[in-house]
Amino acid sequence: MLGSGILKGLAVTAKNLVGSYHDPERLVTVEYPEKRLPLPEAYRNFPFLVTENAEDPMGTLRCVACQICEKECPPQCIYIEKSKDKKPDAAGKLQLYPAIFDIDTSVCMSCQICVEVCPFDAIKMDQVFEIAASNRFTDLLLHREQLAKPNSYFHQIHPTDAAEVDARLAADRKAAEEKAKAAAAAAAAKAAQAKPAPTPAAPATPTPKPSDAPSAEAPKPPPPAA
Amino acid sequence: MSAGSSSFLEHAPLAARDWVVSIFPAPLQWLVHHLITIVGVLAVFGLFFAFLTVVERKLLGRIQNRYGPNRTGPFGLLQPFADAVKALTKEDIVPARADKLLHFLAPVVVCTFALMTFAVIPFGRELIPVELDAAVLYFFAAGAATELAIFMAGWSSRNKYSLLAAMRALAQLISYELPLLLTVIPVVMLAGTLSTQHIVLAQEGWTFGVIPHWNILTPWGALGFVIFLIATLAETNRSPFDLPEAESELIAGHLTEYSGFKYALFFMAEYFGMTALCGLGVTLFLGGWQAPCEFLQFIPSYVWFGVKLFALVLVLIWIRGTLLRLRIDQLTRLSWKFLVPLALINLLNAAFWFVSADLPWPGQIARWGISIALVVLPFISIGRRLSAGLGPRTYHYA
Repeated sequence: MLGSGILKGLAVTAKNLVGSYHDPERLVTVEYPEKRLPLPEAYRNFPFLVTENAEDPMGTLRCVACQICEKECPPQCIYIEKSKDKKPDAAGKLQLYPAIFDIDTSVCMSCQICVEVCPFDAIKMDQVFEIAASNRFTDLLLHREQLAKPNSYFHQIHPTDAAEVDARLAADRKAAEEKAKAAAAAAAAKAAQAKPAPTPAAPATPTPKPSDAPSAEAPKPPPPAA
Repeated sequence: MSAGSSSFLEHAPLAARDWVVSIFPAPLQWLVHHLITIVGVLAVFGLFFAFLTVVERKLLGRIQNRYGPNRTGPFGLLQPFADAVKALTKEDIVPARADKLLHFLAPVVVCTFALMTFAVIPFGRELIPVELDAAVLYFFAAGAATELAIFMAGWSSRNKYSLLAAMRALAQLISYELPLLLTVIPVVMLAGTLSTQHIVLAQEGWTFGVIPHWNILTPWGALGFVIFLIATLAETNRSPFDLPEAESELIAGHLTEYSGFKYALFFMAEYFGMTALCGLGVTLFLGGWQAPCEFLQFIPSYVWFGVKLFALVLVLIWIRGTLLRLRIDQLTRLSWKFLVPLALINLLNAAFWFVSADLPWPGQIARWGISIALVVLPFISIGRRLSAGLGPRTYHYA
């Protein structure tokens, strides 16, 4: 009969109207500023610098100012100036560190090439997307103080990747320790041969034990951020 | 008046008006009297319009499983005020080649005529702005003029979309004014008056104290109300008959070249027109300000009118959230081939209902039977013929 389709349609919309009040599952809207959907682990937008210690971010940057990322960056948004002095890195070796490390996020195209070329796992991709600013020349140019974020944060946003990196760094550190020990032993033997004074060999270069880096044996990724 | 307690509330608005009028000196009293009425209508229906926009958006949202506006104030209730501020502060652009005078006049005229129709709607037992003997006639004269203003807007904008919309609006007006009037005629015929207040009084009374004597509860009244509702949708350019402003085809139709407050005036006029026609529908078919049951008379009559009006407007919003826009040929076909013949048969049906009113008890059953048959049979037979040979379509892809 004419009009039966209209009545059916009216029934459907009436069902939606009543249903949306008594079954909130029907409402697909996520009211954004208050509620958020969890970001997928693979989501990335701009790079950040990993630090070992949240307490002393500038002192424990993994970056050694090798400037590979600066050279590889296609839009050339990275600017690095090397330091004059050296600090021990994660593996205990004395390294340079970046006196200036700037990333212009208004230029960055989020290609992740800097992350891929970094031999020190010092630069990783962040997930912070609410970076709107009123002045693009000052507010979008991030300095190393703003870029530095602790390793624990890296574990939060990319747990799988972070666990892998930590395992690799721990292995490197172990290898370096063993090498140092062997070198020390060799040196001690040499010294003993040359001069039979029974003074024990000086301890190897102190290895920094990052407080917030997970243990080398079983780096367990923490649950992803809600 | 049955219940004494209601009489105070019933008279309260009038008493307040008379008190204010009495403050002024005698030569000014007639002026103040009318100004207060106008201000009252403007304030009540202005606020009704403001919150209707929120209600509509919230309801449409819920119909589509969304939240409606809920950011401005509690539950988004301050949204109309934010919208008003926005409309007022927008730049008012007039196209360089537009007819400046008509372009300016159209929103004013459309709003004026939409508001004029409120003058003859009885809002309560004693609340009617102007008691005219030819109120129904006046209502349609003023109501049809809004369509003229839409044509003014379309013509003066000098925009092809606006002009197309204006021509569609006129085609729609001519097509749907006829069924609208043909459904009103039986009501006028049976009440024997064109005065809206007397039409409401003619629907007074209850069978067994609970079944009201409203026109919609008769076979011809039910069909008449449905046709009236469809024609109302078309007359006020609302979905599914919103062809004049079909945003997917004509940008915004006659509103294309309007911005800022002029746009808001058109928007306002559309809602005023819708509210006024719903008010007339309530008056003609739903018993106006009459209470649905005898024992519910203690609630003031204007509250009943408001409840019925709001319910009818909600039905229009519900329809808007459900149906798709028609094509112009479908729109005119529906009117000329379906609604007009049905309304004409309905007129005969009402005439039969009128002459058979005094039949004895067994005759009453036959009266109902014949009247219902006169509604159902034409509906089915004309409805079948309406879409015969038109579907289902076969599509040929290039």
